[in-house]
Amino acid sequence: MGNLINRRNIVALLGIVLIYALVQGLIVTEIMPPFFKLTIILITIYIILSTSLNLITGITGQFSVGHAGFMAIGAYLSAIFTAKLHYPLVLGLIVGAVVAAIAGFLVGLPTLRLRGDYLAIATLGLGEIVRIIFLNTEYVGGASGFTLASKITWSWAYWLMVISVLVIKNFTNSTHGRACIAIRDNEIAAEAMGVNTTKYKVLAFTIGAFFGGLAGGIYANYMYIIQPMTFNFITSFNILVMVVLGGMGSLTGSILGAIVMQVINAALAGFPEWRMVITALLLVVMMIFRPTGLMGTKEFSLNFLRKKGESNAA
Amino acid sequence: MGSVTQQIIQQFVNGISLGSIYALIALGYTMVYGIIKLINFAHGDVMMVGAYVGWFATTVLHLSFLPALLLAMVACAVLGMLIERIAYKPLRNATRIAALITAIGVSLFLEYGGMLVVTADIRTYPPVFPDTMYSIGGITFKYGDIVMIVTSVVLMLLLNFIVQYTKAGKAMRAVSFDKDAALLMGINVNNTISITFAIGSALAAAAGVLTGVYFNTIDPLMGIIPGLKAFVAAVLGGIGIIPGAMVGGLVLGMTEAFVSGLGWSTWRDAVAFLILILVLIIKPSGLFGKNMREKV
Repeated sequence: MGNLINRRNIVALLGIVLIYALVQGLIVTEIMPPFFKLTIILITIYIILSTSLNLITGITGQFSVGHAGFMAIGAYLSAIFTAKLHYPLVLGLIVGAVVAAIAGFLVGLPTLRLRGDYLAIATLGLGEIVRIIFLNTEYVGGASGFTLASKITWSWAYWLMVISVLVIKNFTNSTHGRACIAIRDNEIAAEAMGVNTTKYKVLAFTIGAFFGGLAGGIYANYMYIIQPMTFNFITSFNILVMVVLGGMGSLTGSILGAIVMQVINAALAGFPEWRMVITALLLVVMMIFRPTGLMGTKEFSLNFLRKKGESNAA
Repeated sequence: MGSVTQQIIQQFVNGISLGSIYALIALGYTMVYGIIKLINFAHGDVMMVGAYVGWFATTVLHLSFLPALLLAMVACAVLGMLIERIAYKPLRNATRIAALITAIGVSLFLEYGGMLVVTADIRTYPPVFPDTMYSIGGITFKYGDIVMIVTSVVLMLLLNFIVQYTKAGKAMRAVSFDKDAALLMGINVNNTISITFAIGSALAAAAGVLTGVYFNTIDPLMGIIPGLKAFVAAVLGGIGIIPGAMVGGLVLGMTEAFVSGLGWSTWRDAVAFLILILVLIIKPSGLFGKNMREKV
């Protein structure tokens, strides 16, 4: 301890505050058009989603294609708490995230025995089951979903994102995180070295689910309406694309991936088919020519670049 | 007593029809997985392309059922080989995750690329068959049911013949058993993989045309859910095992028919995925699979 106050952390903190203040200023003065505001808040939501999926897929090496399921749990639970039961927003978000984490734990325990493709398809199935359960629940409006007030502001979204990324980053750099990386690199070797692989896989899955749920809660409480269709496996794929694009195992890469994909989405908002075709081509070309993603497992770090600038990652 | 038994047998018939579609798609999944250990996510979308080729053949070219079916199968066989050569071949030695993500990419490309080409509108298949209903002891068969079952059985027998008794089939089995040893024995592995994709895609195309004929409507995203379900069927029977895919498809089709018959049709997809997860957890090698020892 005690070494928290150093040049690098101060620069990072300044960068974080600067970005916040800049956007907040643009929003308050109404210079930023509403569409930009929507995009930028979606970016923060997807940064939470991609970094939390990266913890599962990139850091721990467990290929999950069901992240939208956790997002759905967080979204619906928090929306029920804020809109139907009239609890405060904070409580709604926490409940959503905690229930998603519990679901992650319960689901992870049996399924994480599976590997690679099998785990991918099992998580995909689980995500779809979650969606179908909400689809068939009359209380939350079935297929048409239900509407709620938009309570999330830029400040909420941004600071929740900063906290999420910091927690995931610190987890990755802790003993537990190292154990997760060992599992990714070679599960059998990690086990032989005394790493409790099941424990760490479930732990990573639970934490990932928690933040997935949190992102879902933010999404639901920002978008006015939630529908089961929003959380289908295309959404899971989209989050996965961000992680892969940025580089599996690189948190700053996930942040970059989320930003790039959301900017592409926003730019091509009028041409949804083109957007998906470009996403698909990007994915295939990326896998063929640079399968490690933009950043590989490297992190953008202030250790090498002392300048501040676009250091929105700590 | 009559009506309940009748209901059950009726759902049985529906289940076999639906199941034979799943089985046809599942065969492609299982063959590709058997040979290059890749879950070809794009397989359901190949089926969609097949359905569109069939639609084009019947509506625009005014062909009858059989030529349309053959045309769709040939077109998709070529498409399957192209997909393999362009997207999967460069990744043959890459990680499994990279290959899987590529497959997802190809799948999205076919879905939304297809949407750009044919628009997102739902299209209606022309009535290829007469609307005749056959009623045997209160159980109704549509003409389509019979065509569907007969076509599937013929194709599966044909596949079985190819895999068991032809040179190409022998090569396929050898490559899926041990790729390197097969290469050393002078088998052209690349061609064999191409043939596998061609046959699998042709079967998917047949499933697509049958789906179009049976359910009448097609759209560019129609392949997603049957594709996933067929994958469930392949896993259920034991992925990589051809008879397993057939049985898995039929079991899944029948389960769905009964779930729908009980009035829970909105839960149908959830049941399929639940089966998948249960199989994966209890016996990941599937009904027909052998347990593999893990190698360090």
